[in-house]
Amino acid sequence: MPTSLTETYFPVLLQALLAMALAAGLLTASYLLGKRVRNKVKDMPYESGIVPTGDARQRFSVKFYLVGMLFILFDIEAIFLYPWAVVFRDLRMAGFVEMLIFVVLILSGFFYIWKKGALDWSKPEGAGRKQ
Amino acid sequence: MPVNFGATATDLIRFLPEIILTVMGTALMVLDPVLHKRASHAFGHLSIFALLAGIGGAVYAQSNPGTAFGGMLVVDGFATYFRVLVMVVGILTILPSYGFLARQQAETSEYHALLLFSIAGQCMMAAANDLIIVFIGLEISSISSYVLAGYLRDDKRSNEAALKYFLLGSFATAFFLYGVAITYGTVGTVNLTAIRAALSGADAPPVVFITLAAALMFVGLGFKVSAAPFQVWAPDVYQGAPTPVAAFLSAGPKAAAFAVFLRIFLTAFGPIGADWLPLVWMAALLSMTVGNFAALMQTNVKRMLAYSSIAHAGYVLVALTAQSDTGTAAAMFYLAAYAFMNIGAFAVVSHVSGRGERYQNIDDLAGLGRKQPMMAAMLTIFLLSLIGVPLTGGFFGKFYIFKAALESHLVWLAVLGLLNSAVAAYYYLRILVMVYMHEPGEAAGQTEPLTPGFRLALILPALGTLFLGIFPTWVLDCAGKSATLVK
Amino acid sequence: MLIDTIFFYVFALLTLGGGLLTITRRNAVHSALSLIVSLLGVAGLYLMQQAEFLFAVQIVLYVGGIMVLFLFVIMLVNLDLSAKERQFNGQWMVALVAVAAVGAEISWFLYRGQGAFQLADTAGAPSAAAFAVTTTGNTEILADVLFQEYLLPFEIASILLLVAVVGAVVMAKKRI
Repeated sequence: MPTSLTETYFPVLLQALLAMALAAGLLTASYLLGKRVRNKVKDMPYESGIVPTGDARQRFSVKFYLVGMLFILFDIEAIFLYPWAVVFRDLRMAGFVEMLIFVVLILSGFFYIWKKGALDWSKPEGAGRKQ
Repeated sequence: MPVNFGATATDLIRFLPEIILTVMGTALMVLDPVLHKRASHAFGHLSIFALLAGIGGAVYAQSNPGTAFGGMLVVDGFATYFRVLVMVVGILTILPSYGFLARQQAETSEYHALLLFSIAGQCMMAAANDLIIVFIGLEISSISSYVLAGYLRDDKRSNEAALKYFLLGSFATAFFLYGVAITYGTVGTVNLTAIRAALSGADAPPVVFITLAAALMFVGLGFKVSAAPFQVWAPDVYQGAPTPVAAFLSAGPKAAAFAVFLRIFLTAFGPIGADWLPLVWMAALLSMTVGNFAALMQTNVKRMLAYSSIAHAGYVLVALTAQSDTGTAAAMFYLAAYAFMNIGAFAVVSHVSGRGERYQNIDDLAGLGRKQPMMAAMLTIFLLSLIGVPLTGGFFGKFYIFKAALESHLVWLAVLGLLNSAVAAYYYLRILVMVYMHEPGEAAGQTEPLTPGFRLALILPALGTLFLGIFPTWVLDCAGKSATLVK
Repeated sequence: MLIDTIFFYVFALLTLGGGLLTITRRNAVHSALSLIVSLLGVAGLYLMQQAEFLFAVQIVLYVGGIMVLFLFVIMLVNLDLSAKERQFNGQWMVALVAVAAVGAEISWFLYRGQGAFQLADTAGAPSAAAFAVTTTGNTEILADVLFQEYLLPFEIASILLLVAVVGAVVMAKKRI
């Protein structure tokens, strides 16, 4: 029986430490063992790839923001599934019906945005629906 | 075997109005992309049908009153009264919307879906017996209202209204939620009846924290009812929002917020009444004064009605200050009377302002009495009721409120309230003078044909106003019986 | 437990350090990334309170969701200009006085109201026995409460989300 938080999460801690040690070790190894060449071509973002043009700081189209907002809303829905998944066996049919109502309500929202064309970002705005 | 999912049939019946409204709102949303714009009037018809069914559901639920969902909801006379009130407000909003949306070429189902969701949220607020339900109901109602305020998306003023309402409203909701959190931290429960029990018990928690919580909730709710000093949003939002929506905002969400106000402050925080009393009377006095004096200077009718709405919130707060059954009943009666007269006044403004809402100034009403005598007569009824002239609902509303204040020995507050009403009479009468004693301008001359829906939208509030003014006892008895339940 | 205390300070440092960087960076993207660090620190503090569900919410919603919106907003507006401009911190004297006043106020209230803080068992860290009881799982307990006692708020939360979906489309989509 674990008696403290660190004991409970000891495996997680171990994994985190291992991951950090691995990353640090590999970087150090490559630093120590690798050969360093510095010139203009080597410092390009895509070495021997397409030559970059312009600035990466371009402004996004505002329509992505709508997608971002919708993402958050469905994200919230998804997070509710997590506690439900922990106890759905105990809740039996009750839990199933509860979650069904919840999901059907949200799903009708999904149907709505889908049919409205809010998810078609390749088409020009409004093409999802003939006026 | 019936499927048991944590809710019994009784629970569901007590939640019937909200279920009906939500199902219809969702159906409208899903149907819209399928039907395209072929059936724009059908959306309105379906919404009115859902609201009528919702009223039926609320009345049916009242036949077997009690709590539901483990004390989260309570169906009593008070809840039913406000549920029916907000749904009637909904119907009176949709009736003038047919013509309005057609004129603005904005007939979409989202308008009706959002309206139904908003009303569902307000019904939840009316029946809530738990701060969590209050909060979610408030959010459902508010978020739909923000979007409705900005419904005319090509109109700059409408956008401004939505943005201001949203930013300030979210801020106010945060205050409310902070109050809920402190209440939970101090008392350990968010159930209103349980909070009352904990506060009246022998080992009541420190009053400092709970008064702080009450004050924070007061800020949040004070914003929602547009009471001073949290009223700054109201004029801009009412002016910018589509006129039927402005009418809705001034009646529906306000009534629901006052229902919550009464329920929280008289039920949960009843035992510490002396501690929050100064907050309420100061807000009441400030709202009446700021609202009435600012309304004197307005040239835009919608802005003037917004300031008058702030003043009327002040009158209702006077009723809350009384902290008595008479006061609660007076507030309930007043909110019903106010809903009728204000929606009616906004409907007339909506008609006169014409396509694109061009004519919104008080001068534009000049000569309406000669060009459109029926419209002018209706406006007269609503304005006289807003002044509080006998034989109208507004008179008895004010009468009961000041009576309740006097019974609770708040003589000075009643006197200041009456003086305020006298100031208010000036700006309402100014409109009537403009309507009957001035030469007609171009606005009064333009005669849009009246749709049957719009006729109803004028006649029903007028009948309501007169009915409450001639037979006030019927509604007052209803309110009086339920007022004792809020404890 | 010494090691728990160390972790607490590590997470607290992440939270406060991230917060400080958020408000001091000139580049808005750096501020947003510092805010992520701060939010991760808060997530760690939730975990230390054995609030695993809140920890997941913090990571999935705040770090994963809300921060994406923050970055979107930063990229929607052209920040190159504002990054070069003088920042609006001319009122630092006023700000300092205000901070000092609020700080003094809070300290005074804390000092005066010590007796009122019977909100939680503050008698040191929870004992090992108390810890063993709660390891049945915060998420299970929360789920039981959420899906039984708080069934109604849970269901009407979906209506709230639905309203937000419609509202987002009505407000942000060019044509509806």
